[in-house]
Amino acid sequence: MNTLRDDPLAGLRVAITGGTSGLGLALLQALSARGARVAFVARDAARVRRVAHDLPGSHGIVGDIARRDDIHPIALQVTAALGGLDVLVNNASSLGPVPLALLADTECEDLEAALAANLLGPFRLGKALLGALAASARGGATSLVLNISSDAAVTPYPGWGAYGASKAALHHLSRIWDAELREHGVRVFSVDPGDMDTPLHALAVPDADPAALQRPADAARPIVALIANTVAHREVA
Amino acid sequence: MRAAAVPIQRPRDARLLVIDRHGELHHAARAQLAHWLRPGDLLVANDAATLPASLHGTHLRSGAAIEVRLAGRPSLQVDAVHDFTAVVFGAGDFRTRTEDRPAPPPLSAGDRLQLGPLQASVVRLLDHPRLVELHVDGDADDIRAGIARHGRPIQYAHLPQALALWDVWTRVAAQPVAFEPPSAGFLIDWQMLHTLRERAIGFATLTHAAGLSSTGDPALDARLPFDEPYHLPASTVRAIADTRRSGGRIVALGTTVTRALEHAAQAGPLRAGEGLANQRLGPHSRLQVVDAIVSGTHEPGSSHHALLQAFVDAAVLRRADAALAAGGYRTHEFGDSVLVENARSSQRSPRQASRTIVRSIERPGFAGLLRPA
Repeated sequence: MNTLRDDPLAGLRVAITGGTSGLGLALLQALSARGARVAFVARDAARVRRVAHDLPGSHGIVGDIARRDDIHPIALQVTAALGGLDVLVNNASSLGPVPLALLADTECEDLEAALAANLLGPFRLGKALLGALAASARGGATSLVLNISSDAAVTPYPGWGAYGASKAALHHLSRIWDAELREHGVRVFSVDPGDMDTPLHALAVPDADPAALQRPADAARPIVALIANTVAHREVA
Repeated sequence: MRAAAVPIQRPRDARLLVIDRHGELHHAARAQLAHWLRPGDLLVANDAATLPASLHGTHLRSGAAIEVRLAGRPSLQVDAVHDFTAVVFGAGDFRTRTEDRPAPPPLSAGDRLQLGPLQASVVRLLDHPRLVELHVDGDADDIRAGIARHGRPIQYAHLPQALALWDVWTRVAAQPVAFEPPSAGFLIDWQMLHTLRERAIGFATLTHAAGLSSTGDPALDARLPFDEPYHLPASTVRAIADTRRSGGRIVALGTTVTRALEHAAQAGPLRAGEGLANQRLGPHSRLQVVDAIVSGTHEPGSSHHALLQAFVDAAVLRRADAALAAGGYRTHEFGDSVLVENARSSQRSPRQASRTIVRSIERPGFAGLLRPA
């Protein structure tokens, strides 16, 4: 068992989007408990305030990653509050049409909204924060972008067209970016946390049995381990 | 030279005037910068992101509209967001030349300012009616959010369109501590960083809180650059030492990098950590660390231009200025660039005579003598 002092997560600077509910909140709590310095982003100011209040030392940032004009103010607040950045978790997601719709019944605007939140948002925020992540890597750490994906990125589930297509694009973007950024010490992974009892899942499948779904805290555990393993492999420059 | 009036960081036709250590001039494409560096060299950039440091608001006692331009901070510590040095303008915005901007209402200690969501007070005047020490109220997270949402990038009348933050953040922008962009770094993109790697040219960064380049007030402009805090990472100190040991050159990307590295070297061997650059560099300066600089094409008379005289003789710089003018190079932050190799290294003895002349005409008045005829 690591002591907090030896924990690779201790002092790690992590930003999480969609941090006030579901997997994002679970990751925020788990990483914070391990001594990481955390900033989180969400749209609802009252909820951001409540989560920040419940988690002393965390930095709550109000913003919508699907909006182009919010990206730089978010990035600025992240790096100003943490003094840089080691890990970015792009967790905030949009389902697309609610209720779920067959692709041919999906309005173009709903597909655009899913792409804005699930693809363009992570791309823009990743770009805006890449300087900070690369600076962390030059300092000798491995820095990391984790894009939260879904098995809908790979499997063509009817009714999940907007969400699945946007997550598929995010998955492939992650692979290409990882290949390009590796030489700079920045890794980009996309991870599928599996089905969880979250607000997003409830929107998609309102009659699902919550007992049959993972709790977000359980889904967060392997992701926290992935972060710890990745950043622990520091090259001492 | 003509002003670059479009905010494109890497125009495809961007140019680079190379002034080599023999004083020879070469016209080049700026995208080819890596090919003007040698394997084993180290390019050092300023990775500061730029704050939206222009805050419009109201001077509450008079009700007058003002613009506050944050211009300095004592430290880079993340929670040091309450106290700033600031220049205050009267009504109007960047579309009016700073020289023509009305003065703010008379300011005195204790005056309250409403700057969008932010509330601040004037702590004291700093020996000038427009230069103040400012204290911003509130929780650090709220101040950061207020600046992020209400602030706009500081800009000048030569650029007619309003800048967004993405216009002024370099590709390597990290911690947001600069008040104006470290614009020499606009030329970097990830393709160039890849090319540097392929050519075995090192890349390192420091973080330097670049301040204002101009205020429009001659008395204030004469005091620029203000003191600027910087952070020098341990990995950069190591990279510089390794480069030196193997005979490579230290190439500073921008005047802020030069100022920070030379400041850090004043007290002996480079050490990692934070410092406050408070020196001016000019013809009298003997550079300890930097062997070459890549910089914007600054106009004679500016502090940036004076700094270039630490690298080359006045006569060479005068020829370079003439070449920039004749070649139609673009100036200002989105303009073309120069690469200046330090002529004053060990090989510099043949130039001793002219350097003596330059040294004898230090700061006051020298800029006028160097203007192209």
